[in-house]
Amino acid sequence: MDVPLAAEECEAITRAFSGLGGLGVDEEALVSALGKWRHQPEKRAQLRKSFAGFFTADGGFERFEDDYIHYLKIEFARFKNIMVLWAMHPWERDARWANDVLHKAHPFDIIVEIACTRSSEELLGARIAYHALFHRSLEEDVAYHVRENFSNLLVGLVSAYRYEGDSINEEMAKSEAKTLGTAIKSAGVRNLVENGEVIRILTTRSKPHLRVTFKYYREMYGKSIEEDLGDELCLQETVQCLDSPPKYFSKVMDETLKDGADKNTKDALTRVIVSRADVDMEEIKAAYHEQYGAQLEDVIAMKTLGNYRDALLSLVGQ
Amino acid sequence: MSTISVPVSVPSPAEDCEQLRKAFQGWGTNEGSIISILAHRSGAQRRQIRDSYAQAYGEDLLKVLDKELTRDFEKAVLLWILDPPERDAVLANEALKKWSPNNRALIEIAMTRTADEMFAVRRAYRGRFKRSLEEDVAVHTNGDFRKLLVPLVSSYRYEGPEVNASLAKSEAKILHEKIEEKAYGHEEIIRILTTRSKEHLLATFNDYNNEFGHPINKDLKSDPKDDFLFALRAIVRCIICPERYLEKVIRLAINKMGTDECALTRVITTRAEVNMKHIKEIYYKRNSVRLDHALKKDTTGDYEDFLLALIGQDA
Repeated sequence: MDVPLAAEECEAITRAFSGLGGLGVDEEALVSALGKWRHQPEKRAQLRKSFAGFFTADGGFERFEDDYIHYLKIEFARFKNIMVLWAMHPWERDARWANDVLHKAHPFDIIVEIACTRSSEELLGARIAYHALFHRSLEEDVAYHVRENFSNLLVGLVSAYRYEGDSINEEMAKSEAKTLGTAIKSAGVRNLVENGEVIRILTTRSKPHLRVTFKYYREMYGKSIEEDLGDELCLQETVQCLDSPPKYFSKVMDETLKDGADKNTKDALTRVIVSRADVDMEEIKAAYHEQYGAQLEDVIAMKTLGNYRDALLSLVGQ
Repeated sequence: MSTISVPVSVPSPAEDCEQLRKAFQGWGTNEGSIISILAHRSGAQRRQIRDSYAQAYGEDLLKVLDKELTRDFEKAVLLWILDPPERDAVLANEALKKWSPNNRALIEIAMTRTADEMFAVRRAYRGRFKRSLEEDVAVHTNGDFRKLLVPLVSSYRYEGPEVNASLAKSEAKILHEKIEEKAYGHEEIIRILTTRSKEHLLATFNDYNNEFGHPINKDLKSDPKDDFLFALRAIVRCIICPERYLEKVIRLAINKMGTDECALTRVITTRAEVNMKHIKEIYYKRNSVRLDHALKKDTTGDYEDFLLALIGQDA
């Protein structure tokens, strides 16, 4: 539904993004615009293109100037990061999040999230943006900075360019379900993340194929593969992200909205909502409701404040 | 540089299709005519001819050629007509179906295409075979080879000039250490060779030479029969100078008892429009014989004529 912006909203965005500091920010109008531009990434692309001084065209995407980001973060301080992230090209967002995680010893689950919940083209886009921003490849940084035993798994995940069609070999899916089951039963779960066959199946097979494989797994072993991977968080998260991003993200939402969540966990709120608003927010809300019996919007409204809250709710949609 | 020559006033695709159609009609096939057209058209022109042929005669030109031509000549022409990404995808798939540790095609493709070209290959592979390239590589290889080849075909190397000099130096040391330990399949070797940028690796190999007094490939030759070591050396050589590596592939293909047409066809059809000129120059310098003379001695018939046309040496 293409609801045009009202004149005040247009003006608010133009003023807010034009770098004319000190005039204050019309926060209400901005929040309203966030809502109206849901599911319209082309509108944000136009915004980036119309402020050519602040965004540089760079090999397929419009890159945010670093100084401009810094400036906007201050301007939009009450929105925390939302406005900046919202305006940013998705490829650049993912590249920056990945780079951040690798250099600041954040938990690596963000890497799994990006590698497994984006489409093949979006993941390629993140790699393109990574080159442009950091002058190294994403996989070389993952390989270099991740020294834990799940390093090969992560490198494989970020390097994938999965087939995205419907063609599935049922026999192969069945046999690979067995391969996974055997690996899980026999290996100490700690070694599982280094198991060649486990890595091969999870990092190269198409998502439709994997979903069928996981289905056969449950039929063969009576439990979901997620449950059986309970102790190996990296693998468990990989499987969750590949199997059902909405379910995975609703879990992340639950964690982030709990009392006592640490900063990294809280950052997930902005990250998930900004990155999924145009993708599968409705499914995430439905999954959240099914799992936790509450409306996501209600919980967010309860746990957040001020302009930040308004912006989140605008993106989550009513 | 390309060795393909396209006539200054090139016939329209429709005219070319008509001539090709004539070449197929009647008893036998006029191979000379086919060569004189197809070997002298650019990729864009060849695509137009394919489209025109389908429109004009309701048949896929590739299928017709498959029926009309035979053996090495047919294989070369069919590969030649395809777009480069599709061509590489077909070659990769072929290599995988009969893969063995001494199969060099995958490494050659992965190491001599640019990062973006490799992604085009991966896209073409998915479109044609309904699976990703990396999933097929993983399934058809095992052990150290799988650990090397999957990242190799999946990499998207940075292609800029920036190099972290101290990092390059330290990675030269790491490579040396693992090679000394004969841990050739070690994760660090694979990490460095399959993810680092070309410029970084050039600096690393330089540092290796300076620090240890000889090139890294000397240390990787401890067992000349070992296929995995060959693979590692091939990667190093493709980073340093892909054209020299490709010249050697051609040289070995020609010198081999009975000629390795597979390798010969692969290198010539995939490089004719890219850097065949440079490869020819290296061939001459290295062997004191022109490539076309070597091909004339070693190949025959339509296959020979076609290859000569592709390297710009016909008539």
